[in-house]
Parts: sequence; structure tokens; C-alpha cells
Amino acid sequence: MDLSVNIAGMKLKNPVIAASGTFGFGREYSKFFDLNRLGGISVKGLTLEPRKGNRPPRIAETPGGILNSVGLQNPGVHAFIRDEIPFLRGFDTAVIANVAGNTVEDYRAIVEILSDADIDAIELNVSCPNVKEGCLMFGSTASGVFEVTGAVRKVCKKPLIVKLSPNVTDITEIARAAEAAGADCVSLINTLLGMSIDIEKRKPVLANIMGGLSGPAVKPVAVRMVYETAKAVKIPVIGMGGISNGNDAVEFMLAGASAVMVGTAGFVNPNVWVETVQGIEKYMRENGFEKAADLTGALII
Amino acid sequence: MDFRERIIKTETLSKDIHLIRIRSERITDSAIPGQFVNVRCCSGLDAYLRRPISICRVCRSDKTFDIAYMKRGKGTSLLCNFREGDAIDVIGPLGSGFTMPEAGEKIAVVGGGIGIFPLLYLVNSCNDVDKTVFLGFRSKDAVVLKDDFERSSNKLVIATDDGTFGIKGFVTGPFYDWLKTNRPDKVYTCGPLPMIKSVAEYCIERDIFCEVSMEQRMGCGIGACLVCACKVKEGLDFGYARVCRDGPVFRAERLLFE
Repeated sequence: MDLSVNIAGMKLKNPVIAASGTFGFGREYSKFFDLNRLGGISVKGLTLEPRKGNRPPRIAETPGGILNSVGLQNPGVHAFIRDEIPFLRGFDTAVIANVAGNTVEDYRAIVEILSDADIDAIELNVSCPNVKEGCLMFGSTASGVFEVTGAVRKVCKKPLIVKLSPNVTDITEIARAAEAAGADCVSLINTLLGMSIDIEKRKPVLANIMGGLSGPAVKPVAVRMVYETAKAVKIPVIGMGGISNGNDAVEFMLAGASAVMVGTAGFVNPNVWVETVQGIEKYMRENGFEKAADLTGALII
Repeated sequence: MDFRERIIKTETLSKDIHLIRIRSERITDSAIPGQFVNVRCCSGLDAYLRRPISICRVCRSDKTFDIAYMKRGKGTSLLCNFREGDAIDVIGPLGSGFTMPEAGEKIAVVGGGIGIFPLLYLVNSCNDVDKTVFLGFRSKDAVVLKDDFERSSNKLVIATDDGTFGIKGFVTGPFYDWLKTNRPDKVYTCGPLPMIKSVAEYCIERDIFCEVSMEQRMGCGIGACLVCACKVKEGLDFGYARVCRDGPVFRAERLLFE
């Protein structure tokens, strides 16, 4: 059986990628499992300068999921290149740099820097719901996504993935804008904007009031959006949102995803990434699929 | 990696406080006082996240450790369903531990409410040390593990908010009185924010070594997700440390209480 998939000019040994923001730079989980088992790692969202992130509490447990409002805490792109890439390159897995910014210039500058770094792809985060400035502003309109993707494309020497926000009226319109501006791939969904209230204190649970919802609760919404998007664009789609096992991953692939990202479930089960790879393999074996790539869009309507 | 271990016994310590004893060579062999474990409360989605709970006792010879928790919400209510013989999914030991006192040193331990549990493991683990323990509870029915603390310390002082047991008032009162005639080499504290903040500031002013065990809502529990942020000094500026990985034990001087 061939588990490998090709997306945006990258060959992944299997379709399972660790989702940005849930996996740091891989160091912590490397003590729990062999990172060589992963198709890829999308690292914690990077900005030009270090960011402190938001005030705690930054997490609220909700039915079948969590709300988070980390606010892009990260050491900045230069520290990433200096301290984290050498570590990540010790493993045979694709390294995807997830990047965010406040302005088009920020995005262009960070992508320019990373284009000369030893990474496999860049994932443009235009959909972080937890920072007050630019990020989500770009991601919530087709024109914003077109503008930032187009500007970045001119300087980007790596495969360019654009990560889409689900907090929009029509995600296909946004996906088409990314494609038209030169994206090699889109990944979706980022977290759904949500809110949780402590009724005893009559206060929001998160200090930031609102946060991004992830976990099993969002999966049906994510599968639907991947299905719609895969039909709307010709570039590959990376699906994510609540994946907790191989069957969930297969669901996304049948809906049209070429690869998947897995994140929140790892907080509960650090084996989830390896188990997801094994689960895909098991499904392929039991259902007569020779190549993982053949799962993509194999949905019967 | 398989994180399932066997429950040896469960015990109710007070109306809301429960204890689970777990056999785990993996955890008892490497745990140090101040560390915690991240416990899965159910296999379904009822309480989705694991619950971080301090280790309150370790017995290396029979490979068992205890966790004690307050039944407070969905997760801890589910934990109350566990029985002797059940398997329980525990990741650990996690986080930083206390700086252990050296032989001959004099220490004071100040704990409040559920903050007392990691402190029991600490006082149980230091030998040839002069240990004075100050514990604060809401009222008499909330007093737990009194005998355990008594056995492992030189002096135990208990205070209750309503005066139904020990000294009436906050535990910081008798601790500060004691400090008038005593100078400990190290002070350790864990409990409600106003208490740990007061103890930390009091020790910093008097240049007494103080370590604080912090609490925050956690995600992964291993340092990857950055949700359990704790405000700390970084040079002249501030930053957010990870309670699960950089802590839960911090030097008092490093913390910026909000």
C-alpha cells in the first residue's frame, strides 16, 4: 500500500500533518512518539517579531471541544530559523512554516525570510480569530485573501498553502480568491469563533472574551466546508477540524482533502497522530485502496 | 505509548475531597515533589480535556502514588466514578518540581485548600529538615490529611476561615507571626491566589527563598499548546511562561501576579 501523497509539489510520506498551534515546534511531542511517523508538521504560527500572546485564561472546555485564545504567542521568525529548524530537520517529515501578520507588508517580509530557510512549505494564516489586528481581517473577505496571497506569492519561493477561516458566509469564494492569487493549496478549517460564559461569575471564561473552537464538535462543519471547497477549486485541499482517528481522516479525504491536519485531539491522546496514520491504512486495506491518494474525493453521491 | 495504569484504592477524605491511589512504575520511578499527572476522566467526550492533578504521595517500594482532588465540575465528578481495580489513563509525571531543601535546613510550607496536596509530597520527601507546616481551610469539615502532615513535619499549624478548627482566619496570619521569631531557609506555597501572592511578596521583601506552585487551565499539559499561561518577568519586560512545562513550580521573584 502506498500512503504517500503529493500536494503542492511536496511529497508527504503519509497524509497526516500535525496542525499548527497544537504542536509547538514538535519538541514536546517528540518525547511521546517518533516524529518520523508524521507526513508533516505545521509549526506554531510565526510572526516577524516575537509575540507575548493574550492574557490567561486562554482555554475553555466546551461540549466535545475547546475554545482557545492563545493569541499567536511565538518567539518570532528569526528564533524559529535559528533554534527550531535544526531540530525539526533531524526528522524525516515535511516542515511547514505557519505565518501570520498584521499588514500585507508583514506577511510579505516574513515569507521572504522563510523562502530562504530550510523548510518545505509556507502556510499563510489569514484566519486567526484571536488577534485584534490584521490576521482575520484578511481572511474574512475574498478581496483580503486575494490581496495578501497575491503580495506574498511574488516573493514566495516555497509551496504556498493558504489557511482559510470558517467564519465566513461562503468559503468557496474565499478559496477561489486564494487560488486566483496563486496559492498552491488551501487548508481548512481554522477555528470557529466562539464564546463561553461562567454563569456563577457572570464572566466570559476566556480573558479574551472570545476564542477559536476546535475539537470533535466542529468536525461536521469542517467536512462540509472541505467538500464544498474541493469542488470549487483545482488546487489541493488539506482538511482539518476535529479529527480524532483514522476514520475521521478518511471522511475528510473522501470529501475531497488530499491530506489532513490533526491537532486538538492530541491534547487528550498524544498517540492520535500515529493512530490516525494506522487507521487510514486499515481503512485502505479493508476497502481495497492501493494508494492513499485515491481516497481523495472518492465520495459516492 | 500506553498510559493506562491500575487503581489500587479510592478514598473519600471529606465531603468534596477524594483520593485515588494508582500503581505505576513509570510514574513513581521518576516523579519529584511538585509535579503533576494529567488524567483522563472518561473515554468519551463528556469532559474532553484531561485534568491536571498534583501528585500528593509517592511510595517507591510498592510503586504507587496518590492524587487528591476536589469534586468541583464535570471532570472531577467523573473521576469519582472510578473504583479499585479500574484502569485509569494518566500521563506523567509532568512539570517542574520544588527545589528540595538541603539537610539541616529549616523550611516553612504554606498551603490553602486543595493547594495542600503537592506540599504533602514535598514534606514527606525531605529528611533531616526542620519542617513547619501552615495549612488553611474553609472550615472544620474541609480539613483533610491532618495526620499525614502531622507525622511528616516538626510543627503543624491549622487555620480555618470560620474558626471551627485551629486558629480563626487566614493561614497567612499565624505564618507571619511565626516569621517574627523564625527565619526559614526556604518557603513553599500553593493555594488560592490571594494567599500565594501574599506569601510570595512577604518572602521577597525579607529576602527569603520562596517557591510557588501555580494553577491554570491547561490544554495539552506538556508545553505544546501554550494555553496555561502565567505572567512572568523577562528582563525589564514581561512574558508568559507555561504553567505545565516551565512550572507549575516557580521562584516567587519570577512571578507577576495579576
